[in-house]
Amino acid sequence: MDTNYDVELAKVTKRYGNTVAVDGISLRIPKASYCCLLGPSGCGKTSTLRMIAGHEVISDGDILIQGQNVSDLPPIERGTAMMFQSYALFPHLNCLDNVAFSLKMRGMGKAERHARAKEFLALVHMQDYAMRLPSQLSGGQQQRVALARALITKPRVLLLDEPLSALDPFLRIKVREELKRLQRELGITFIHVTHSQDEAMAMADLMVVMEDGHIRQAGPPREVFERPVSPFIARFIGNHNVITVPDGKIAVRADKCRIGAPGAESSVQGRVTAVEYQGTMVRVALMTDPGDEASALVPDAEFYAQPVEPGQVTAVSWSPRDAHPLSAAA
Amino acid sequence: MQQAIGATNKAWPSMRWSRPRLPLWVVSWLQAGPLALVLFVLFALPTFLFLIVSFFDYDRTGIYPAFMLDNYHDLVNSPATIRVYLSSLKFAFIVWAVTLVVGFCVAWFLIHHVRSGTIRTVLFLLCAIPFWTSGIIRTIAWIPFLGRNGAFNQMLIEFRFTEHPLEFLLFSDFSVIISYVNLFTLLMIGPIANSMAKIDPALLEAARDAGASRWRTMVDVVIPLSKTGIALGSILVFTQVMGDFFVVKAMSGGQSASVVSALSVEIQAMQYPPAAANSMVLVVFTAIMVAGMMKVVDVRKELVK
Repeated sequence: MDTNYDVELAKVTKRYGNTVAVDGISLRIPKASYCCLLGPSGCGKTSTLRMIAGHEVISDGDILIQGQNVSDLPPIERGTAMMFQSYALFPHLNCLDNVAFSLKMRGMGKAERHARAKEFLALVHMQDYAMRLPSQLSGGQQQRVALARALITKPRVLLLDEPLSALDPFLRIKVREELKRLQRELGITFIHVTHSQDEAMAMADLMVVMEDGHIRQAGPPREVFERPVSPFIARFIGNHNVITVPDGKIAVRADKCRIGAPGAESSVQGRVTAVEYQGTMVRVALMTDPGDEASALVPDAEFYAQPVEPGQVTAVSWSPRDAHPLSAAA
Repeated sequence: MQQAIGATNKAWPSMRWSRPRLPLWVVSWLQAGPLALVLFVLFALPTFLFLIVSFFDYDRTGIYPAFMLDNYHDLVNSPATIRVYLSSLKFAFIVWAVTLVVGFCVAWFLIHHVRSGTIRTVLFLLCAIPFWTSGIIRTIAWIPFLGRNGAFNQMLIEFRFTEHPLEFLLFSDFSVIISYVNLFTLLMIGPIANSMAKIDPALLEAARDAGASRWRTMVDVVIPLSKTGIALGSILVFTQVMGDFFVVKAMSGGQSASVVSALSVEIQAMQYPPAAANSMVLVVFTAIMVAGMMKVVDVRKELVK
């Protein structure tokens, strides 16, 4: 069936006994996109991923992959492949046999499946480690093998469960680039679960922010960042101030805020609680008089021209066109 | 500040001296010594004694120090020896196969199907509690159950499954094997469950993700990752059956023999030198079989992991 979407969720619900982990979420993921499911722990993002993968039974609703209802199909018939958080490499098999595992299950002969597995090891630059056991590899290397093992099934959708969480920060950024490159080159959809908004913003074409079993906002990262729909989103994606003004709550980016109240700009009074030097910027944290926590990211030169100290009473100000009204809910 | 550092510097050496440390080699010997002593006195020394006695001469009245190979020669050339070894091996093999299948399934159920930790502990205890009674009692307890007029036959007749009591239930190879399986399945469950508990459940999902059926997941993932437990359990069951004489004696009604039951006949006849030779051969034979199993699975390497 022809459709513009790789994955569609229709009112998908997951219940564990009496608790609802995922509450009737609907989502469409366009063809060949990099989708990040983002949210705090316990928000239902991993349950959602595992339901798409077929490792968790759907309590209610349907999941479609390229127009086909896969809700009751086992993983292999869905055309999905999953890369597990702990990588889940088979410890008794070397890299080559790990990657060739699904081909063996399909009944492919040894010579042929080993040749194919070598190609996929080469794709992730691990061809020199074919005969090693997983325990003889570093975390980053294990992850590449896991990636090759998932890709060799030629999936229509690749599912990644917190793929970067076990890596050190330096490697994380490298792998991030590499995953994005692979997704572009292969032209398939990646669904990536993460609790890091930096990661989601850096990688996603479609960023889906979840909370409490619901999707709170879905869209391109820039749209989510520029126009958060609720105080939760604004706080969760970071670098935003949620400030109470007479006609409700507004979100203002921290880097658009200034210290002091010059001229016609909107402002609110507050007391400085902390000053953090961050190199190119200085972060000034305040407690506003209405009782909101706010911070201003001020360029270092500007800050040192008019420095403030913790405890000092001042104001945080912004230009009205940078203020973004938020819906009252949540 | 300077002074404080100076003071602590002074305090350190005196604290060191107040607790004299033993040299490391003494510590090592103290740690390994007690067990080494027990093993030497209770195991190595008697075995060595057997070895010596097995070369002795004997007659109806006593045993005489000598160095002759007649005991071994008679043993190896006796058709009875081959018969009892074959009989013991037959039991060992059948019991090994049955306990392996049962033990593997029970372990799998306990580890991967029982989700609640409490229920798992309770079920493990249910497996283990019968072991608090003596094996002899548990063996004899089968007799009133399996006998000609035993509970099982009466039940069969009551429910009209059969008109005449089944004769093969007791004092047969069947009853011997039933008793062995009852006695030794736990020895298989324990080590296999221990190996299985170390299998990350994500591996089973990864196998399913790659299109493996339940059967292929078992063959390609679970069994290879449980092989240490399988090897350990096999060794325990095999050596137990090879070393047993009571069950064969009590449950076969004298119709079957085992290596050790033949040996006990010699001891009762006070023929200690041939009994010693017989036991030496059994020890070597069993050791070779165990070494063979260890060759298939490097248990020591796996245990260190």
